[in-house]
Amino acid sequence: MRDVRDALMVARNTDGKLVRRPLSPHLQVHRWPISMALSILHRASGCALGVGTLLMTWWLVAAAQSEEAFATAQKFMGHPFGRLLLFGWTVALFFHFCSGIRHLWMDSGRGFEKAEYDRSAWAVVGATVVLTVGTWIIALAFG
Amino acid sequence: MVAFNLPLNSRIGQGQTFKAPAGAKNIREFKIYRWNPDDGANPRTDTYQIDLDTCGPMVLDALIKIKNEVDPTLTFRRSCREGICGSCAMNIDGGNTLACLKPIEDCKGAVKISPLPHMPVVKDLVPDLSQVYAQYRSVEPWLQADSPAPPDGERLQSKEERAKIDGLWECILCFCCSTSCPSYWWNGDRYLGPAVLLQAYRWIADTRDEATGQRLDALEDPFKLYRCHTIMNCTDSCPKGLNPAKAIAEIKKLIVERAG
Repeated sequence: MRDVRDALMVARNTDGKLVRRPLSPHLQVHRWPISMALSILHRASGCALGVGTLLMTWWLVAAAQSEEAFATAQKFMGHPFGRLLLFGWTVALFFHFCSGIRHLWMDSGRGFEKAEYDRSAWAVVGATVVLTVGTWIIALAFG
Repeated sequence: MVAFNLPLNSRIGQGQTFKAPAGAKNIREFKIYRWNPDDGANPRTDTYQIDLDTCGPMVLDALIKIKNEVDPTLTFRRSCREGICGSCAMNIDGGNTLACLKPIEDCKGAVKISPLPHMPVVKDLVPDLSQVYAQYRSVEPWLQADSPAPPDGERLQSKEERAKIDGLWECILCFCCSTSCPSYWWNGDRYLGPAVLLQAYRWIADTRDEATGQRLDALEDPFKLYRCHTIMNCTDSCPKGLNPAKAIAEIKKLIVERAG
Protein backbone atom coordinates (compact mmCIF):
# COMPACT_ATOMS: atom_id res chain seq x y z
CA MET A 1 0.00 0.00 0.00
CA ARG A 2 1.15 3.52 -0.70
CA ASP A 3 -1.58 5.77 0.66
CA VAL A 4 -2.87 7.23 3.93
CA ARG A 5 -3.53 3.75 5.28
CA ASP A 6 0.23 3.35 5.62
CA ALA A 7 -0.02 5.38 8.84
CA LEU A 8 -1.90 2.48 10.43
CA MET A 9 0.74 -0.05 9.44
CA VAL A 10 3.08 1.23 12.16
CA ALA A 11 2.64 0.41 15.84
CA ARG A 12 4.61 0.10 19.06
CA ASN A 13 5.38 -3.26 20.60
CA THR A 14 5.34 -3.96 24.35
CA ASP A 15 8.80 -2.39 24.78
CA GLY A 16 7.69 0.80 23.05
CA LYS A 17 9.76 0.04 19.94
CA LEU A 18 8.25 0.93 16.55
CA VAL A 19 7.24 -2.13 14.50
CA ARG A 20 5.66 -2.55 11.09
CA ARG A 21 2.35 -4.34 11.24
CA PRO A 22 1.55 -7.00 8.67
CA LEU A 23 -1.34 -6.63 6.25
CA SER A 24 -3.85 -9.43 6.80
CA PRO A 25 -4.23 -11.91 3.90
CA HIS A 26 -6.97 -11.03 1.39
CA LEU A 27 -6.93 -12.72 -2.05
CA GLN A 28 -4.79 -15.41 -0.42
CA VAL A 29 -7.65 -16.56 1.82
CA HIS A 30 -10.92 -15.18 0.48
CA ARG A 31 -13.20 -17.46 -1.49
CA TRP A 32 -14.32 -16.54 -5.00
CA PRO A 33 -18.10 -16.25 -5.27
CA ILE A 34 -19.32 -16.29 -8.88
CA SER A 35 -20.23 -12.58 -8.90
CA MET A 36 -16.74 -11.60 -7.70
CA ALA A 37 -15.11 -13.75 -10.39
CA LEU A 38 -17.37 -12.15 -13.02
CA SER A 39 -16.54 -8.64 -11.85
CA ILE A 40 -12.80 -9.27 -12.17
CA LEU A 41 -13.26 -11.02 -15.52
CA HIS A 42 -15.27 -8.01 -16.73
CA ARG A 43 -12.21 -5.83 -16.23
CA ALA A 44 -9.80 -8.39 -17.66
CA SER A 45 -11.98 -8.96 -20.75
CA GLY A 46 -12.21 -5.18 -21.21
CA CYS A 47 -8.41 -4.95 -21.30
CA ALA A 48 -8.19 -7.96 -23.64
CA LEU A 49 -10.73 -6.32 -25.97
CA GLY A 50 -8.62 -3.17 -26.13
CA VAL A 51 -5.60 -5.15 -27.26
CA GLY A 52 -7.64 -7.44 -29.52
CA THR A 53 -9.20 -4.50 -31.31
CA LEU A 54 -5.68 -3.55 -32.51
CA LEU A 55 -5.66 -6.92 -34.28
CA MET A 56 -9.01 -6.16 -35.90
CA THR A 57 -7.79 -2.72 -36.93
CA TRP A 58 -4.69 -4.22 -38.53
CA TRP A 59 -6.97 -6.57 -40.51
CA LEU A 60 -9.12 -3.68 -41.76
CA VAL A 61 -6.14 -1.44 -42.55
CA ALA A 62 -4.48 -4.30 -44.44
CA ALA A 63 -7.65 -4.84 -46.47
CA ALA A 64 -7.67 -1.15 -47.44
CA GLN A 65 -3.94 -1.03 -48.16
CA SER A 66 -3.08 -3.66 -50.71
CA GLU A 67 -3.71 -7.21 -51.84
CA GLU A 68 -0.37 -8.42 -50.46
CA ALA A 69 -0.90 -6.80 -47.08
CA PHE A 70 -4.37 -8.37 -46.83
CA ALA A 71 -2.97 -11.77 -47.84
CA THR A 72 -0.41 -11.53 -45.01
CA ALA A 73 -3.14 -10.62 -42.55
CA GLN A 74 -5.35 -13.42 -43.80
CA LYS A 75 -2.49 -15.91 -43.50
CA PHE A 76 -1.90 -14.85 -39.90
CA MET A 77 -5.59 -15.09 -39.00
CA GLY A 78 -5.82 -18.50 -40.65
CA HIS A 79 -2.88 -19.86 -38.66
CA PRO A 80 -3.89 -21.86 -35.53
CA PHE A 81 -2.30 -19.16 -33.33
CA GLY A 82 -4.20 -16.41 -35.14
CA ARG A 83 -7.38 -18.46 -34.79
CA LEU A 84 -6.72 -18.81 -31.07
CA LEU A 85 -6.35 -15.02 -30.76
CA LEU A 86 -9.59 -14.52 -32.70
CA PHE A 87 -11.36 -17.06 -30.53
CA GLY A 88 -10.12 -15.30 -27.38
CA TRP A 89 -11.31 -12.00 -28.80
CA THR A 90 -14.83 -13.33 -29.44
CA VAL A 91 -15.01 -14.84 -25.94
CA ALA A 92 -13.90 -11.51 -24.43
CA LEU A 93 -16.32 -9.58 -26.64
CA PHE A 94 -19.39 -11.64 -25.80
CA PHE A 95 -18.49 -11.95 -22.13
CA HIS A 96 -17.89 -8.22 -21.76
CA PHE A 97 -21.12 -7.49 -23.64
CA CYS A 98 -23.28 -9.83 -21.51
CA SER A 99 -21.60 -8.85 -18.25
CA GLY A 100 -22.01 -5.19 -19.18
CA ILE A 101 -25.76 -5.69 -19.62
CA ARG A 102 -25.87 -7.37 -16.19
CA HIS A 103 -24.06 -4.44 -14.60
CA LEU A 104 -26.38 -1.98 -16.36
CA TRP A 105 -29.39 -3.91 -15.04
CA MET A 106 -27.97 -3.86 -11.52
CA ASP A 107 -27.14 -0.14 -11.83
CA SER A 108 -30.88 0.41 -12.18
CA GLY A 109 -31.23 -0.99 -8.65
CA ARG A 110 -32.54 -4.41 -9.65
CA GLY A 111 -31.32 -7.96 -9.01
CA PHE A 112 -29.71 -7.38 -5.62
CA GLU A 113 -31.05 -10.47 -3.85
CA LYS A 114 -28.56 -13.33 -3.60
CA ALA A 115 -30.65 -15.75 -5.64
CA GLU A 116 -31.08 -13.07 -8.34
CA TYR A 117 -27.46 -11.99 -8.72
CA ASP A 118 -26.22 -15.59 -8.67
CA ARG A 119 -28.75 -16.49 -11.36
CA SER A 120 -27.87 -13.47 -13.52
CA ALA A 121 -24.17 -14.32 -13.15
CA TRP A 122 -24.64 -17.84 -14.44
CA ALA A 123 -26.87 -16.49 -17.21
CA VAL A 124 -23.93 -14.32 -18.33
CA VAL A 125 -21.65 -17.38 -18.39
CA GLY A 126 -24.25 -19.39 -20.34
CA ALA A 127 -24.94 -16.61 -22.84
CA THR A 128 -21.21 -16.12 -23.43
CA VAL A 129 -20.75 -19.81 -24.24
CA VAL A 130 -23.80 -19.93 -26.53
CA LEU A 131 -22.89 -16.73 -28.42
CA THR A 132 -19.23 -17.68 -28.82
CA VAL A 133 -19.85 -21.24 -29.95
CA GLY A 134 -22.69 -20.08 -32.23
CA THR A 135 -20.52 -17.46 -33.85
CA TRP A 136 -17.74 -19.94 -34.53
CA ILE A 137 -20.09 -22.56 -35.92
CA ILE A 138 -21.41 -19.96 -38.37
CA ALA A 139 -17.91 -18.65 -39.13
CA LEU A 140 -16.46 -22.11 -39.78
CA ALA A 141 -19.49 -23.20 -41.82
CA PHE A 142 -19.21 -20.20 -44.15
CA GLY A 143 -15.46 -19.52 -43.88
CA MET B 1 -3.81 0.69 -5.16
CA VAL B 2 -4.21 -2.83 -6.42
CA ALA B 3 -1.62 -5.21 -4.96
CA PHE B 4 -2.33 -8.91 -5.35
CA ASN B 5 0.62 -10.08 -3.27
CA LEU B 6 1.13 -9.46 0.40
CA PRO B 7 4.05 -7.17 1.40
CA LEU B 8 7.21 -9.09 2.37
CA ASN B 9 6.66 -8.58 6.10
CA SER B 10 3.13 -10.01 5.80
CA ARG B 11 3.90 -13.32 4.07
CA ILE B 12 2.70 -16.19 6.19
CA GLY B 13 5.05 -18.93 7.37
CA GLN B 14 4.53 -22.36 8.87
CA GLY B 15 3.96 -22.42 12.62
CA GLN B 16 3.64 -25.01 15.35
CA THR B 17 1.19 -27.88 15.68
CA PHE B 18 -0.58 -28.48 18.96
CA LYS B 19 -1.57 -32.16 19.10
CA ALA B 20 -4.89 -33.34 20.46
CA PRO B 21 -4.79 -35.06 23.87
CA ALA B 22 -4.34 -38.85 23.72
CA GLY B 23 -7.61 -40.73 23.43
CA ALA B 24 -9.46 -37.93 21.60
CA LYS B 25 -11.73 -39.45 18.94
CA ASN B 26 -13.48 -36.61 17.14
CA ILE B 27 -10.49 -34.49 16.11
CA ARG B 28 -10.72 -31.38 13.95
CA GLU B 29 -7.78 -29.21 12.93
CA PHE B 30 -7.92 -25.43 13.30
CA LYS B 31 -5.34 -23.53 11.25
CA ILE B 32 -5.07 -20.10 12.77
CA TYR B 33 -3.20 -16.96 11.66
CA ARG B 34 -0.74 -15.76 14.31
CA TRP B 35 1.30 -12.59 14.54
CA ASN B 36 2.96 -11.18 17.62
CA PRO B 37 4.39 -7.62 17.53
CA ASP B 38 6.98 -8.60 20.15
CA ASP B 39 8.82 -11.45 18.42
CA GLY B 40 9.93 -9.58 15.29
CA ALA B 41 8.91 -12.46 13.02
CA ASN B 42 6.56 -12.75 10.06
CA PRO B 43 3.01 -14.03 10.59
CA ARG B 44 2.62 -17.81 10.77
CA THR B 45 -0.14 -20.39 10.75
CA ASP B 46 -0.45 -22.51 13.89
CA THR B 47 -2.39 -25.77 13.82
CA TYR B 48 -4.51 -26.84 16.77
CA GLN B 49 -6.04 -30.31 16.96
CA ILE B 50 -9.26 -30.04 18.91
CA ASP B 51 -11.48 -32.79 20.26
CA LEU B 52 -14.96 -31.74 19.12
CA ASP B 53 -16.56 -34.10 21.66
CA THR B 54 -15.46 -31.71 24.40
CA CYS B 55 -16.06 -28.48 22.47
CA GLY B 56 -19.10 -26.29 21.82
CA PRO B 57 -20.63 -26.18 18.32
CA MET B 58 -19.43 -22.78 17.08
CA VAL B 59 -16.01 -21.66 15.84
CA LEU B 60 -15.87 -19.18 18.73
CA ASP B 61 -16.33 -22.07 21.18
CA ALA B 62 -13.23 -23.69 19.69
CA LEU B 63 -11.23 -20.44 19.89
CA ILE B 64 -12.18 -19.98 23.54
CA LYS B 65 -11.32 -23.63 24.25
CA ILE B 66 -7.90 -23.14 22.64
CA LYS B 67 -7.26 -19.99 24.67
CA ASN B 68 -8.41 -21.62 27.93
CA GLU B 69 -6.89 -25.07 27.59
CA VAL B 70 -4.19 -25.16 24.90
CA ASP B 71 -2.54 -21.81 24.15
CA PRO B 72 -3.37 -18.74 26.27
CA THR B 73 -1.35 -16.49 23.93
CA LEU B 74 -3.96 -16.76 21.16
CA THR B 75 -5.50 -13.29 20.80
CA PHE B 76 -8.94 -12.47 19.40
CA ARG B 77 -11.88 -10.18 20.14
CA ARG B 78 -15.13 -11.56 21.48
CA SER B 79 -17.88 -10.41 23.74
CA CYS B 80 -21.55 -11.37 23.45
CA ARG B 81 -21.12 -14.81 21.78
CA GLU B 82 -24.57 -14.44 20.16
CA GLY B 83 -24.10 -12.28 17.05
CA ILE B 84 -25.09 -8.90 18.44
CA CYS B 85 -21.80 -7.20 19.37
CA GLY B 86 -19.83 -7.81 16.17
CA SER B 87 -16.51 -8.28 17.98
CA CYS B 88 -15.55 -11.75 16.71
CA ALA B 89 -15.65 -10.86 13.00
CA MET B 90 -12.93 -12.76 11.14
CA ASN B 91 -12.27 -14.75 7.99
CA ILE B 92 -13.30 -18.36 8.53
CA ASP B 93 -13.04 -20.99 5.81
CA GLY B 94 -12.57 -18.28 3.16
CA GLY B 95 -15.52 -16.08 4.10
CA ASN B 96 -15.89 -13.20 6.53
CA THR B 97 -18.35 -13.89 9.31
CA LEU B 98 -18.83 -13.87 13.07
CA ALA B 99 -17.06 -16.76 14.81
CA CYS B 100 -19.95 -17.03 17.28
CA LEU B 101 -22.52 -17.60 14.50
CA LYS B 102 -20.41 -19.98 12.39
CA PRO B 103 -21.00 -23.67 13.17
CA ILE B 104 -17.80 -25.74 13.03
CA GLU B 105 -19.65 -28.43 11.09
CA ASP B 106 -20.30 -25.96 8.24
CA CYS B 107 -16.55 -25.80 7.51
CA LYS B 108 -15.00 -28.30 5.14
CA GLY B 109 -11.87 -30.06 6.40
CA ALA B 110 -9.48 -28.08 8.57
CA VAL B 111 -11.00 -24.83 9.81
CA LYS B 112 -8.86 -21.97 8.46
CA ILE B 113 -9.10 -18.74 10.43
CA SER B 114 -7.43 -15.40 9.68
CA PRO B 115 -8.18 -11.77 10.59
CA LEU B 116 -10.57 -9.63 8.53
CA PRO B 117 -8.84 -9.32 5.12
CA HIS B 118 -6.56 -6.48 3.98
CA MET B 119 -6.35 -4.79 7.38
CA PRO B 120 -3.41 -3.82 9.59
CA VAL B 121 -2.97 -6.56 12.20
CA VAL B 122 -2.68 -5.56 15.86
CA LYS B 123 -2.07 -9.12 17.03
CA ASP B 124 -3.20 -12.57 15.82
CA LEU B 125 -6.88 -12.25 14.85
CA VAL B 126 -7.27 -8.63 15.96
CA PRO B 127 -7.31 -6.08 13.10
CA ASP B 128 -6.90 -2.30 13.53
CA LEU B 129 -10.33 -0.77 12.86
CA SER B 130 -9.28 2.90 13.21
CA GLN B 131 -9.76 3.56 9.49
CA VAL B 132 -13.30 2.15 9.26
CA TYR B 133 -14.32 3.94 12.45
CA ALA B 134 -12.96 7.24 11.08
CA GLN B 135 -14.89 6.68 7.86
CA TYR B 136 -18.02 5.89 9.88
CA ARG B 137 -17.54 9.19 11.75
CA SER B 138 -17.25 11.01 8.43
CA VAL B 139 -20.86 10.21 7.41
CA GLU B 140 -22.15 11.89 10.58
CA PRO B 141 -24.16 8.91 11.81
CA TRP B 142 -26.63 10.76 13.99
CA LEU B 143 -30.03 12.36 13.52
CA GLN B 144 -29.85 15.86 12.07
CA ALA B 145 -32.93 18.07 11.97
CA ASP B 146 -33.53 21.82 11.97
CA SER B 147 -37.10 21.57 13.17
CA PRO B 148 -37.21 21.28 16.98
CA ALA B 149 -38.34 18.02 18.54
CA PRO B 150 -41.82 18.06 20.15
CA PRO B 151 -41.39 19.42 23.70
CA ASP B 152 -43.38 16.61 25.26
CA GLY B 153 -41.95 13.49 23.59
CA GLU B 154 -40.09 11.78 20.76
CA ARG B 155 -40.19 12.53 17.04
CA LEU B 156 -42.94 10.16 15.95
CA GLN B 157 -43.01 7.97 12.84
CA SER B 158 -45.78 5.96 11.22
CA LYS B 159 -45.27 2.22 10.91
CA GLU B 160 -44.60 2.68 7.19
CA GLU B 161 -41.98 5.36 7.85
CA ARG B 162 -40.33 3.19 10.48
CA ALA B 163 -40.24 0.24 8.06
CA LYS B 164 -37.93 2.23 5.76
CA ILE B 165 -34.97 1.63 8.03
CA ASP B 166 -35.61 -2.10 8.41
CA GLY B 167 -32.62 -4.02 7.07
CA LEU B 168 -30.43 -1.01 7.96
CA TRP B 169 -30.69 -0.45 11.71
CA GLU B 170 -29.74 -4.10 12.37
CA CYS B 171 -26.15 -3.47 11.21
CA ILE B 172 -23.78 -4.12 14.12
CA LEU B 173 -20.66 -2.63 12.47
CA CYS B 174 -18.65 -5.85 12.46
CA PHE B 175 -17.14 -4.80 9.07
CA CYS B 176 -17.33 -8.31 7.60
CA CYS B 177 -18.74 -6.68 4.45
CA SER B 178 -16.23 -3.85 3.98
CA THR B 179 -13.27 -6.17 4.45
CA SER B 180 -14.66 -8.72 1.97
CA CYS B 181 -14.86 -6.11 -0.80
CA PRO B 182 -11.97 -6.14 -3.33
CA SER B 183 -12.80 -2.57 -4.24
CA TYR B 184 -12.38 -1.61 -0.57
CA TRP B 185 -9.11 -3.57 -0.43
CA TRP B 186 -7.64 -1.58 -3.33
CA ASN B 187 -9.25 1.82 -2.70
CA GLY B 188 -10.10 1.77 1.00
CA ASP B 189 -8.23 5.03 1.56
CA ARG B 190 -10.95 6.93 -0.31
CA TYR B 191 -13.84 4.48 -0.91
CA LEU B 192 -16.09 4.40 2.18
CA GLY B 193 -16.92 0.70 1.82
CA PRO B 194 -20.25 -1.15 2.17
CA ALA B 195 -20.63 -0.98 5.98
CA VAL B 196 -20.21 2.77 6.17
CA LEU B 197 -22.37 3.38 3.09
CA LEU B 198 -25.15 1.21 4.54
CA GLN B 199 -24.93 3.33 7.69
CA ALA B 200 -25.00 6.50 5.60
CA TYR B 201 -28.16 5.23 3.90
CA ARG B 202 -29.65 4.35 7.27
CA TRP B 203 -29.77 8.11 8.04
CA ILE B 204 -30.80 9.09 4.52
CA ALA B 205 -33.74 6.68 4.73
CA ASP B 206 -34.79 7.87 8.19
CA THR B 207 -37.85 10.12 7.78
CA ARG B 208 -36.97 12.06 10.96
CA ASP B 209 -33.62 13.15 9.51
CA GLU B 210 -33.67 16.45 7.59
CA ALA B 211 -30.11 16.48 6.25
CA THR B 212 -30.70 14.20 3.24
CA GLY B 213 -29.49 16.82 0.76
CA GLN B 214 -26.22 17.48 2.56
CA ARG B 215 -25.69 13.74 3.09
CA LEU B 216 -26.09 13.05 -0.65
CA ASP B 217 -23.80 16.01 -1.47
CA ALA B 218 -21.12 14.54 0.76
CA LEU B 219 -21.40 11.11 -0.87
CA GLU B 220 -21.50 12.25 -4.51
CA ASP B 221 -17.87 11.53 -5.20
CA PRO B 222 -16.10 9.20 -7.64
CA PHE B 223 -14.32 7.41 -4.81
CA LYS B 224 -16.44 7.65 -1.64
CA LEU B 225 -19.51 6.08 -3.27
CA TYR B 226 -18.85 5.08 -6.87
CA ARG B 227 -16.07 2.55 -6.23
CA CYS B 228 -18.93 0.10 -5.65
CA HIS B 229 -18.92 -2.14 -8.73
CA THR B 230 -21.64 -4.52 -7.49
CA ILE B 231 -19.13 -7.29 -6.81
CA MET B 232 -21.64 -8.47 -4.14
CA ASN B 233 -19.12 -9.93 -1.67
CA CYS B 234 -20.62 -7.61 0.97
CA THR B 235 -24.10 -9.08 0.72
CA ASP B 236 -22.63 -12.59 0.50
CA SER B 237 -20.72 -12.15 3.75
CA CYS B 238 -23.08 -10.17 6.03
CA PRO B 239 -23.63 -12.40 9.09
CA LYS B 240 -26.86 -10.51 9.86
CA GLY B 241 -28.31 -11.22 6.39
CA LEU B 242 -28.39 -7.53 5.43
CA ASN B 243 -27.82 -6.17 1.93
CA PRO B 244 -25.21 -3.36 1.85
CA ALA B 245 -24.96 -3.49 -1.96
CA LYS B 246 -28.69 -2.76 -2.19
CA ALA B 247 -28.31 0.20 0.21
CA ILE B 248 -25.50 1.59 -1.98
CA ALA B 249 -27.69 1.15 -5.06
CA GLU B 250 -30.47 3.11 -3.30
CA ILE B 251 -28.05 5.99 -2.60
CA LYS B 252 -26.98 6.01 -6.26
CA LYS B 253 -30.63 6.04 -7.33
CA LEU B 254 -31.45 8.98 -5.05
CA ILE B 255 -28.54 10.95 -6.52
CA VAL B 256 -29.79 10.28 -10.04
CA GLU B 257 -33.40 11.10 -9.12
CA ARG B 258 -32.62 14.44 -7.51
CA ALA B 259 -30.61 15.46 -10.59
CA GLY B 260 -33.98 15.25 -12.39
